[in-house]
Amino acid sequence: MSDYRKMWQKLGLDLEAHDQLLAVIPQAYGDVYTSQAKRPEGMGYLDFVMSEIHGLRIKELNDLREAGGKVLGTFCLYVPEEIALAGGAACVGICGGADWPSPEADAVLPRNLCPLIKSFMSFKLGKVCPYFESSDMIVGETTCDGKKKAYEVLGEYTNVYTMHTPQMKDEASHELWLKEVEKFKNKVEELTGNTIDAEALAKGIGIVNAKRAALKRMNDARKANPAPISGRDALLIQQVAFYDDPIRFTDSVNKIAAELEQRVVEGKGVAPANAPRILMSGCPMAVPNWKLPFIVESAGAIIVAEESCIGHRYFRDMVDATATTEEAKIKAIADRYMKLDCACFTPNKERIDNIKKLVEDYNVDGVIHYSLQFCDPFTVEYNSVEKALKDANIPVLKIETDYSMEDAGQLSTRVEAFLETIK
Amino acid sequence: MFVGIDIGSRSIKLVALNGQGIEDYKVVDTGFNPHDRSLELVQAYNAEKIVATGYGRHFAREDFADGVITEIKAHGIGNRYLFTQCRTIVDIGGQDSKVISLDATGRVADFQMNDRCAAGTGKFLEIMSKTLGFTLDEFGPESLLAENAVRVNSMCTVFAESEVISLLAKKENPRNIGLGLHQSIIDRINSMLHRVGINDDIVLSGGVGRNPCIRQLLEQKLGRPVYIYEHPELAGALGAALTARDAE
Ligand code: SF4
Ligand code: SF4
Repeated sequence: MSDYRKMWQKLGLDLEAHDQLLAVIPQAYGDVYTSQAKRPEGMGYLDFVMSEIHGLRIKELNDLREAGGKVLGTFCLYVPEEIALAGGAACVGICGGADWPSPEADAVLPRNLCPLIKSFMSFKLGKVCPYFESSDMIVGETTCDGKKKAYEVLGEYTNVYTMHTPQMKDEASHELWLKEVEKFKNKVEELTGNTIDAEALAKGIGIVNAKRAALKRMNDARKANPAPISGRDALLIQQVAFYDDPIRFTDSVNKIAAELEQRVVEGKGVAPANAPRILMSGCPMAVPNWKLPFIVESAGAIIVAEESCIGHRYFRDMVDATATTEEAKIKAIADRYMKLDCACFTPNKERIDNIKKLVEDYNVDGVIHYSLQFCDPFTVEYNSVEKALKDANIPVLKIETDYSMEDAGQLSTRVEAFLETIK
Repeated sequence: MFVGIDIGSRSIKLVALNGQGIEDYKVVDTGFNPHDRSLELVQAYNAEKIVATGYGRHFAREDFADGVITEIKAHGIGNRYLFTQCRTIVDIGGQDSKVISLDATGRVADFQMNDRCAAGTGKFLEIMSKTLGFTLDEFGPESLLAENAVRVNSMCTVFAESEVISLLAKKENPRNIGLGLHQSIIDRINSMLHRVGINDDIVLSGGVGRNPCIRQLLEQKLGRPVYIYEHPELAGALGAALTARDAE
């Protein structure tokens, strides 16, 4: 611990504020996670990672940096992890899932902005996030307007590089994105001093594809009834996917998947077979945003899939690993990312098709559509999601909320009433 | 004997059923210790089964209730029992307002709830009546005597209150402001109604059912009658009691 304090101090964290932040996590984690019955044993690894969230992993990142390596901090699925790894850099998703009061951030952001953006800005300006402070470069993207403009503000405090993500999927957009991916490759080369050739790319693609495959395998087990793992545990695994060491993580997730497969064979589950099966759909749920999954599962339902960036959108599509030349590999990476169906796109019919497919594949009884307050892309897109689901006779509940606990009572009433209607 | 208890933020309601129907009921203030209050209430009955609803349902389950249902289901069941053709329910509660739509068989098909703040809830009415110098019971009848409505722009309780104070300072008639406030609540309810769709019959449930101005404006807006039980605040507890009786 004392070692870590020195490390945090060196990183420039506000130690006092950071202590306060760290103090609330174990309590919340215990309530939401370790108190669950029948957890898979493999979750011990996740418990360990979480207990060391600001310790061991940060130390690893800093060891890497001391050895001349670089760390990239990202906020969005669009940033190609494969390329960062190909350049020998580490890629960490910076969360933004907690309400962290920061007068500095309040001074630079408007009041009506999604809690995710407010949160990451507060973490940076409040100097409480060691991942932020360990990042040599923050990679932003022009997905929603809120983030796009917030990166400009963030750029005044740290090194930010922004990728121009398209908002349509026509030919011109594909061309634009391919160029952006090439530019990003050059940028990573410049930052790390390493050359990213076909071989390096193959390595990066291999690592990330394996990670996605492990997540997919773990999720496949959730199709079974009774479900072998709680939605909360699965969410945690998917959250940790963004910052843990990818190779070690993949290994652990494969172990968990094997354990779940065994449970499925034995017909063992974490919830009764008649528990309503829920698909959570919508905005990303960054660590430690566990409020709604906790409410849903406490009400007796089981979450069997997440249609979100912290969920299926992250691991559904692979990069085509058969491409051989450097150029072809870059194109394969760009193509994979263009398959994402974030609500920032217009039109975005794929997302609706994907939601419906998940409902079918995972035997879902009801969809809970989650959006963060003031998130235009997802709150507006809810209308078409709702319409499509209602037309297909799939029950859907809309939840719009932020990170505070003020509405927990109200949310549990809504969720329970929704469950009553689908039972 | 089957008991339903509705533990709300403002009051606790209890309905006791026997084979024939409602045998007894109680309405008490929630007070500072809803837990002991509820326990005291149910202990007075020799209940075969107790079902709880309302925001206090979770602690009730831990302590004395055999089952719990949400307010939404409870109001659905209770009102359907009282009004056999009921398909749409407006329930303006102490801290939230809801619109519930039932399918042809009486099951909850859809519902809408206001988002977090007190706008459009019983609490809003209570604060506004106080600001205008009326008792809660006077608020509806007095507002009906208005000559013309003065609209208040904000629905946020805090901003609406300061708006009302400045209107009063301009010597605006409190009745006219009252009518304007009632209208804005009806506008909100109306948009929730449109989201779930309106079916016959419409029932106004919960304590706000006692407010004649709400009823009249709602009927005007919708162009159809709105039904209200003589004890509108009991519908949730009744739904819970019926659930206790009918569950196998
Ligand atoms: S929701 Fe869209 S913008 Fe947000 S992280 Fe996912 S892909 Fe990126
Ligand atoms: S939650 Fe919505 S508004 Fe917030 S960053 Fe993501 S897309 Fe943008």
